[in-house]
Amino acid sequence: MLDLFYTPFAEFEFMQRALVGVIAIALGGGPVGVFLMLRRMSLTGDAMAHAILPGAAVGYLVAGLSLPAMTIGGLFAGVVVAVAAGLVSRFTALKEDASLAAFYLLSLALGVTIVSLRGSNVDLLHVLFGTVLALDDNTLLLIASISTITVLALAALYRPLVLECVDPVFLRSVSRAGTPTHLIFVGLVVMNLVGGFHALGTLLAVGMMMLPAAASRFWSNDITVMMMLSVVIGIASGLCGLLLSFHAELPAGPAIILSAGAAYVLSLLLGREGGVLWLAWPGKHLEA
Amino acid sequence: MKPISTAIRFDEVTLGYDRRPAVHHLDGEIPSGSLMAVVGPNGAGKSTLLKGIVGTLTPLEGRIRLDGACGIAYLPQAAEIDRSFPLSVYDLVAMGLWSRSGLFGGISRHDRTRIEQALAAVGLLGFERRPISTLSGGQMQRALFARLLLQDAPVILLDEPFTAIDAKTTADLLDLVRRWHDESRTVVAVLHDLDMVRRTFPQTLLIAREPVAWGETETVLQPENLLKARRMVEAYDPHADICHRKVA
Repeated sequence: MLDLFYTPFAEFEFMQRALVGVIAIALGGGPVGVFLMLRRMSLTGDAMAHAILPGAAVGYLVAGLSLPAMTIGGLFAGVVVAVAAGLVSRFTALKEDASLAAFYLLSLALGVTIVSLRGSNVDLLHVLFGTVLALDDNTLLLIASISTITVLALAALYRPLVLECVDPVFLRSVSRAGTPTHLIFVGLVVMNLVGGFHALGTLLAVGMMMLPAAASRFWSNDITVMMMLSVVIGIASGLCGLLLSFHAELPAGPAIILSAGAAYVLSLLLGREGGVLWLAWPGKHLEA
Repeated sequence: MKPISTAIRFDEVTLGYDRRPAVHHLDGEIPSGSLMAVVGPNGAGKSTLLKGIVGTLTPLEGRIRLDGACGIAYLPQAAEIDRSFPLSVYDLVAMGLWSRSGLFGGISRHDRTRIEQALAAVGLLGFERRPISTLSGGQMQRALFARLLLQDAPVILLDEPFTAIDAKTTADLLDLVRRWHDESRTVVAVLHDLDMVRRTFPQTLLIAREPVAWGETETVLQPENLLKARRMVEAYDPHADICHRKVA
């Protein structure tokens, strides 16, 4: 029985690397996802993930499957779309969700076009869905660095991040930290998506952010606990997904995200904070 | 005798949105230590005026000058807070220490005592661990007053602090307002209850998109002034001309 869990990682180096990769992605992505969710920006993460594609594609067009080229391209495209969408919503009548939708659709179409200009369908699949079972040292290092920076930055920005969600008017009345905090946070989102996309692809990377975060909301009312839970759920999903893919010969990336999805559905049903079961059978009312 | 200094000075201030004035040509000053009510019909520009003082809204014309580097504590209308956010009452109140602790500063034992005192002052001891989503409207307002207490600012702006608040809570919070006045802080409150204004606030500014009367509460709240304020229409003229009114 133990063999089922242990042997794949003990015997195959690519499985070890994949595990290290998903743990690093979960460490950074979970907490970022919690803040995205609490700031009501869950779909922003999704839009940003699409926005990264043309940048990564240009990197790919210039240098082939090169880690630095695709990383820099992705970061650049993500930041450009985030800033452009922010500017449009600030200075025109269009709200941020609509302007983001416009920009990411544009990006996605552009990205797919660029990739198919030169590459094969295999390359396109690689960019869209990642290669978690083929992570090399440099990619692992990149993902781990991004997680480290993310955790440190979130610790430093914790107060203004929270305050900007709860009571932005108050934050504006006591400090000018609001706008820079928001910009840095968007930067963190883009970074984590770029890190995640090497392993899971641009489309699924956001899954390791939002699914563990959304699942954690059903278990706690405390942001700190939610962030820790989201990391644990992310790591567990990574582990389950990799094993599932190993034993059942499923594609690894989707298996990981499906595991995270299962964790979300379980939490939705059983979660102590507003889960379906507790809503359906709340028990007799209390005295006070 | 110590000269009375000015906390807030308005130099021909016009505040508004999209070039259209919401507060037109306000000129005058609020001496420090004043306890002043701002009254007027809905849409008169009361909240806009407070936003102008806090600085979240830049005047279309004129200037609002604040005394030195004085801090302002501002309580906007309650609706602007995300009550669904998973935050404890303690953390919400502790945010009042922002000006001292900032982004990174720790909360000392002395600060913890002050937070407890503030919670006690508003009658919320024992609510520390409760998520803000479980608070009633009155309890939320008490928590926000505790935060104001911690901000310890010389100027305090309150935007309709007692709207939809029961009599007991209003009385308790009004005591805090009086305490701030006794401590020589400047308090400016937007209010609708004229009896409360007459009882508690020595100074009143009556506005209806422009100042109608400003001064001693009894003089300002004369029937003819109130009638005048009610008559000032909330007109929106799509072809309004540029205003050329000059300072008298």
